[in-house]
Amino acid sequence: MKKILFISRHSPYGTSQAREALEALLAAAVYGQDTQVLFMDDGVFQLVNNQNSATIDQKSLGASLPALPLYDVEKIYVHSESLRNRGISANELVLDSVQIIDSQAVSRLLAQQDQLLSF
Amino acid sequence: MRGFFIDAMKFSLLIQAAPHSAQASATALSFAEALLKQGHSLHRVFFYRDGVHNASELAAPPQDETNLPHRWQALAREHQVELMVCIAAALKRGILDEAEARRYQKASANLAPGFVLGGLGQLLEAAVESDRLITFGN
Repeated sequence: MKKILFISRHSPYGTSQAREALEALLAAAVYGQDTQVLFMDDGVFQLVNNQNSATIDQKSLGASLPALPLYDVEKIYVHSESLRNRGISANELVLDSVQIIDSQAVSRLLAQQDQLLSF
Repeated sequence: MRGFFIDAMKFSLLIQAAPHSAQASATALSFAEALLKQGHSLHRVFFYRDGVHNASELAAPPQDETNLPHRWQALAREHQVELMVCIAAALKRGILDEAEARRYQKASANLAPGFVLGGLGQLLEAAVESDRLITFGN
């Protein structure tokens, strides 16, 4: 089994980057590998709760994220500095099972992987 | 030097950007040509997101600009590289093979010869089977 980390670094709306990263992540999860995900930079905006995207004719990305543990993606990491720089606190996140990690821990996390998929 | 590398690695590439709009797919093509030249192998090139536009048979760039679909096709022909286009990303962007054009009752298909449509599972298969998976254009 390979360790595969998805890195999602873009905001949930404005481009399809985050949406299509999530689609690839869910496809990966059913493939039976050790699939993990790291949200950093503007990617942390995907995790903010109470997203109302109906007014821009988009499905809510935040509403899809709680499905991750159901797909056996249980290692969900969030970069702490990215949250802090954007004024987002842990209790505003759609998922309560995330691990909030600092830059040094991100560095260690990347080093542990067999493959990185960057979105 | 082909064949003399003891540390030859198996690569796959993930292309996420459209040709012409971004440099990424041209860079990926150069990277692919370079790694093959150095004796490494290329397991699969997977086109995702706007990268699916690299597979359009209908692209007609001016003669003094590089024709990326043609260059990908040449690479695939010469080195037996699999050029796989994500079917979900392709259908929504209007890149269809004959079977999908029939299924959706479209007037024509436009997937360039040498490219095949496939599922996201094939991206993961590439990640599992390759020593290195390199992303371009995210």
